[in-house]
Amino acid sequence: MKFDRPATANPIDRGRVVGIPHDRIDGPAKVTGSAPYAYERHDVAPNAAYGWMVGSAIAKGSIRSIDTRDAEAAAGVLAVITHKNAGPLGKGRMNTAHLLGGPRIEHYDQALAVVVAETLEQARDAARLVRIDYAREDGRFDLKAEKNKAVPPKSDPDTGAGDFATAFPKAAVRIDQTYTTPDHSHAMMEPHATTAAWTGGKLTVWTANQMIAWAVRELALTFRMKAEDIHVMSPYIGGGFGAKLFLRADAVLAALGAHAVGRPVKVALARPQIPNNTTHRPATIQRIRIGASKDGVIDAIGHEVWSGDLPGGGPEVAAQQTRLLYRGVNRMTAHRLATLDLPEGNAMRAPGEAVGLLALEVAMDELAEACGVDPVELRIRNDVQYDPEKGPERPFSSRKFVECLRQGADRFGWSRRKAVPGQVRDGRWLVGMGMASAFRNNLVQTSGARVSVDGQGRVVVETDMTDIGTGSYTVIAQTAAEMLGVPLSDVTVRLGDSHYPESAGSGGQWGANSATAGVYAACAALRGKLAQQAGFNAEDAVFEGRAIRSAGRTIPLKDAAGRRGTSAEDKIEFGDLTERYAQGTFGAHFCEVGVDMFTGETRVRRMGGAFAAGRILNPKSARNQVIGAMAMGVGAALMEELTVDTRFGYFVNHDMAEYHVPVHADIPEQDVLFIEELDDKSSPMKAKGVGELGICGAGAAVANAIYNACGVRIRDYPLTLDKIIGGMAEKRA
Amino acid sequence: MRPFTYERAASPAAAARAAAAHQGARFIAGGTNLLDLMKLQIETPAHLIDVNPLGLDQVEETAQGGLRIGALVRNTDLAAHKRVRRDYPVLSRALLAGASAQLRNKATTAGNLLQRTRCPYFYDTSKPCNKRRPGSGCAAIKGFNRNLAILGTSEACIATHPSDMAVAMRLLDAVVETVAPDGSARAIPIANFHRLPGDTPHIETALVPGELITAVTLPRPLGGTQIYRKVRDRASYAFALVSVAAIFGKDGGARFAFGGLAPRPWRIDAADAVARNGPDAVADIALAGATTTPLNGFKTDLTRRTLAALYAEREARK
Amino acid sequence: MTSDKYGGISRRAVLGGSAAACAAPVVASAGAPVRGERSGRPGATLPVTFKVNGKELHLNLDPRTTLLDALREHLRLTGTKKGCDHGQCGACTVIVDGRRINSCLTLAVMHEGDDVTTIEGLGTPERLHPMQRAFVIHDGYQCGYCTPGQICSAVAMLDEIEAGVPSHVTEDLARVSFSDAEVRERMSGNICRCAAYSNIVAAIRDVAGENS
Repeated sequence: MKFDRPATANPIDRGRVVGIPHDRIDGPAKVTGSAPYAYERHDVAPNAAYGWMVGSAIAKGSIRSIDTRDAEAAAGVLAVITHKNAGPLGKGRMNTAHLLGGPRIEHYDQALAVVVAETLEQARDAARLVRIDYAREDGRFDLKAEKNKAVPPKSDPDTGAGDFATAFPKAAVRIDQTYTTPDHSHAMMEPHATTAAWTGGKLTVWTANQMIAWAVRELALTFRMKAEDIHVMSPYIGGGFGAKLFLRADAVLAALGAHAVGRPVKVALARPQIPNNTTHRPATIQRIRIGASKDGVIDAIGHEVWSGDLPGGGPEVAAQQTRLLYRGVNRMTAHRLATLDLPEGNAMRAPGEAVGLLALEVAMDELAEACGVDPVELRIRNDVQYDPEKGPERPFSSRKFVECLRQGADRFGWSRRKAVPGQVRDGRWLVGMGMASAFRNNLVQTSGARVSVDGQGRVVVETDMTDIGTGSYTVIAQTAAEMLGVPLSDVTVRLGDSHYPESAGSGGQWGANSATAGVYAACAALRGKLAQQAGFNAEDAVFEGRAIRSAGRTIPLKDAAGRRGTSAEDKIEFGDLTERYAQGTFGAHFCEVGVDMFTGETRVRRMGGAFAAGRILNPKSARNQVIGAMAMGVGAALMEELTVDTRFGYFVNHDMAEYHVPVHADIPEQDVLFIEELDDKSSPMKAKGVGELGICGAGAAVANAIYNACGVRIRDYPLTLDKIIGGMAEKRA
Repeated sequence: MRPFTYERAASPAAAARAAAAHQGARFIAGGTNLLDLMKLQIETPAHLIDVNPLGLDQVEETAQGGLRIGALVRNTDLAAHKRVRRDYPVLSRALLAGASAQLRNKATTAGNLLQRTRCPYFYDTSKPCNKRRPGSGCAAIKGFNRNLAILGTSEACIATHPSDMAVAMRLLDAVVETVAPDGSARAIPIANFHRLPGDTPHIETALVPGELITAVTLPRPLGGTQIYRKVRDRASYAFALVSVAAIFGKDGGARFAFGGLAPRPWRIDAADAVARNGPDAVADIALAGATTTPLNGFKTDLTRRTLAALYAEREARK
Repeated sequence: MTSDKYGGISRRAVLGGSAAACAAPVVASAGAPVRGERSGRPGATLPVTFKVNGKELHLNLDPRTTLLDALREHLRLTGTKKGCDHGQCGACTVIVDGRRINSCLTLAVMHEGDDVTTIEGLGTPERLHPMQRAFVIHDGYQCGYCTPGQICSAVAMLDEIEAGVPSHVTEDLARVSFSDAEVRERMSGNICRCAAYSNIVAAIRDVAGENS
C-alpha cells in the first residue's frame, strides 16, 4: 500500500479497539518472568556454551602479541577466538568501529577476544588469562581540545534562511550562550545478549535487537553470507533506547564462538563493559544565539553544535529542532564534527533533539527573562505553522503546539509561578517552576506485515517489528482487531523474527505509527480477500462482531476465511508527504523542583506535560512512554554523565553504581495530557510517534525550574549540586 | 572470579585459625561487597570461609548499658532494632541511608566496616591503583576524583571509605571486638580501626591476618538530638558526596563525624569542642589541612553547608 | 508488631542470650561441607540443597556460582533477571527466607537449607499473584526486564513495612506506615530505565490497599 495522499475516513476511525487504554497483551508473560529474552533460550539451545568478551585495556593502538595458551588450557575452556583465528570478517554498514578488534584497536573495551567455556564461571575466569601486549598510541579524547579542528559533516550540511549574520547584531534583545551536554549511556536494563547456533552453513541468532532486518543485513556483511542463511529472532528486548539498533559485539562473538565449538554459544556483555564497548550519545558543545524584539518575537536564531566521534562516525545533530521549532526570518544551524578516539557515538533516544532542546529551551528561558515575557507566552508568540527555513509552501501537517502550551500550563498551575527567581520557600527547600517545549520530528519507515485468519476465526499477525517496551505487541493487536472487527483477545501477535515480513523496527519513534500502518495495509489486503471469498464487494463490507456484513448479509469471519484460513501480506510505503509537509510531534513540559538551600540538592516535586502526537493508539502504553522519557530527561538534567578520562581515553564511570540514572525516589507524580489530534498526512493510522517526544525538553524544564527556584543558571549539564552551590556562592559574593 | 575452596566456619576461633592457615583466605558474610570485587578480579581469594553459620546475629544489652551488636547482624535488622531506633537513632539513620533494602538485608555489621572504596580506578584492573596493586601508582589523584577524599589522604591514595554506618559508629565511639587466629580476643576502638593510607593504602584496618570481627559494642546512649545527613547525586541508592552524623546535646555541645571526605570516618575532637560556636567554627577545624583537587574542592563548601543544615535542623526540632 | 523474619527485632533478641546459643542451625545435605569442613580442590563442585518455590532441590555447583546463575542457568528459572550482576540495579531480586536480596551477590552454596521464592513462585500467567496483576493493570513496566525484580521486591517490601522496618524517609523511626514516599524510597534498589516508576507505585499502592 502506497501512502502518498492524506488519509481519508477508514476503519481505524471507529476507535472501538484502537485508542482504548488496553492492558498490554504481553503483560502476563512479563510479570511472571516467562517472556524469554535473548540469553534465556534454554528451550531452543539447551546445550549452549558460555562466551565471555575480553575488551581492550587501551583506547588506541594495536596488539603487539596476544597469548591465549593459558586461557585455552584453563578448566572447561572450549575455544578462544581472536582476530588471529576468527577468519576474515566484514564490517556492518552501520558500525563505525569493528565489533572484533585487532590487531588495530579503535577504542577502549573494543572486543579483542571471546573465551568460550562449559560454564559461565569458567569463561569469565579464563578471560583474565588472555594476555595481550599492547602498543599504545596517543589518541584524541577531549572534545573541547578538538573543537577547533572539527569539520562540517557531509551528512548534515549547514542550513539557514535570510541573513542571520546581519540580523542578529541588530536585534533589540540578544541571547548568546554556550551550553554543554556530556556523553550519555543508554543503560537499558537488559545487557546486550545473544545466543547463536549454526546448522550447516546457516546461522540462527536469538538476540536483543531493535531492528531485525538491519541485524540480518549486518550479520551477512560481517560473516560474508547470504541473508537468507541467517535467521534472527528477538521477540523480547529488555530495553534499547538506541543501544540495540545495530549489530553489536555480543552477536558477532556468540556466532564466532558457536562456529568454533560446534554448538550453540551465548554471550552477554558484562555491565561494566557496556559503556565503553557499545555506543553512547555523544557529548555536545552548543552555541545558541537568539535575537528578538523587545516583546520577544524572534528575528534571528542560530544554533551551532560541536560533537565528536571515531573516524567515519557522525555528528550529534542537536540543532535539528532549531530549524523548525520557532519563527524567525534570519536563521542558521551548523554541526561540526571532531575526530575522537573514544568509544563509538551513536543514536540514543531522540538523537539530536534530546540534547538540542537541553540547550535551546534554556536559551528560550533566558530570552523570556531578558524580555520580561512569560516563558509560555514567549513560545506562543514564536509559534510558526510552517517550516521556517522553507517558508509557507511547506506547512506542518498538524501542529498543536500552542494548545499543548496553553492546556499544559493550565493543568500544571503555571500561573502560580513567580517570574523572579528565589521567591518561594518550603522549609529548607527553595521551590521553583520551569517549563520547556517538546518537539520531535515525526519519522516514518516502510513496514510490512502478514495477517491471517484461521478456520476458527483467530487472527495472527506476523511482522519482524520489535517491542522494546514500547507496547508494539498491543498496538499491533489493536490495529488488527479494529480492522477485522474482532475482540483483542482473538488476535495473536508474533514479532521480532526475520522470517516475518520486514517492518519499520523500533527507532526514531517511528515504530508504532509505521508498524501499525503496515499491519493496516496487510489487514486491508486481507479484508479484500475475505470479502471476495464471502462474495461481497470489498468496498461495502463492514467487519465487526467477528463477521463481515454487506448488503444485509452477514458471514462469520471464520467462514469467510475458510477451513484452511486466509492470509495476506502487504507493506506500507510512504510517499513524499513528509517532504511536502513538515511533520512533528509537539508538547510542553512543566516541572516544579525544590533546591536544598544548604546543599544544593535538587528534587523534582512534580512534573506534567501536554503532548500532541496524532492519534494515540493506546493511551496507557503511550502515557507510559511519555513518563519514562520525562524521567530520562530528569536524568539528563540532574545526574547522567559518562565521564571521560582524557589521559586513558575511556569512560571512567562505566557501571550502574557510578553512572547514575534516576531511581524511584527521584521521580515524582507525573501528569500527562494528550491533546486530541489526528494527522492524516502521517499514515492511515493518523498517528505519530510518541516514544521519544517525552524526553525532548524535559531536562530543560528541570533546568529552568532550578533557575526559578534558586537563581542559579547552569549551562553545563548535568546540573549537579556542586555546580549549584558554586553558583549560590558566586551570587552571594 | 578465580576458583577457590570453600568452607563453612564452625566457631569464630576456628574461622580465624583457618584464615591464618590458608594463603589468600577471606571471610565471607553478606558477600555484597566481596563478590562484587571477586567478579572483577579485584579480590582474588583462594579460600572462602563462610562465617554465616556462626550466628553472631544478636543485639544484646551490655552490662554498661550499651549494646553489643553481633558481627553478622544484618544492616536491616540493626537499623530496625528497637533499642537502636530509640537510643542510637543516628545509627539507624546512617544504615537506612546506605545502599538499597536488598543489600541491607544481606550486608552485615562487620562487613560494612570492611567495605572497600568505590574509587573508579580501584574498580578497573587495567588502571594503576596503589590500593589494588601496591606500587602501581594512583590514577585518581590526577583523574576523575570528584567523589574522592580531601582529608587524610596521601600521595599514594585519595580513596574514600564508602560506609554510612561506620560514620555513625565513629560518632558513637563504637568498639570493634575480634578474635585472632591464636584464639585471643581484643577490643579495638573504632577511632583506631580504620587506617589512613600513607604509603600502604592496601592496608585498610588494624586487623591482623586471619583476625575475625565478632561484634561491635556501643557505649551507653548519649541522648540528645541525633541527625544523619547524607548528601548525594540522586535521592537514593548512591554513595555519599558528603555525610555528617551529629549528636547535639542538651547543654549546647555537639559531636560530629563525617563521611565521603576521607579514607576513614572522619572525626576531630577539637572540632567537637567548638560546637557551641556554630557550623563554620566546626568546619574550620574539621576541614583543616584539606587537600582538594579542581573536581572535589566543592566538598569543603558542601561540608560547611551540610553542617549549617544540621544546625538549622537542630533549631527546628527544639 | 515485629516479625521473626527480622531477627534483630524478634522477641528472642529482646530477651538477649548468647550468640552461640541462638545461632541458626545449619542444615547440611550428605556430602556438603558442614561447619568446619571444607571443599576439596579449587574448582571442584559442591553439593547444596535448598528449596525453590516450595520444591527441594539438590545441586552440585561450582562454588563460584551465584544464586542468580544457579537459578537462571542450572535450574533454568530465567524469570529472575541479570541486569548488572553487581548489586547496582535490583533486576535479580528474589525472596530468601522471606527477605528480598540481590541474588547476584550471593553464592548458591551459601544457601544450604534456605527457602527461595522467585517470580515463578509468585504466580503464573494463568494464576497471577495480586502484585503481578496490579502491575499489568497499572502498566507498571515497559520492556519487562526489571519487572520480576520489581515485583519480588514489592511483595517483600510490603512485608517490611508491615513488620515495622523503617526507611530513610520514615519521619518518626518508631512509627512506620505506608505512603507513596515510603514506596519510592524502599523501591529505589530496583532501577527501571524505562522509568515506569509512577505506574509501579500505583500498582503497589493498589495491592497495599487490598491488604489493609
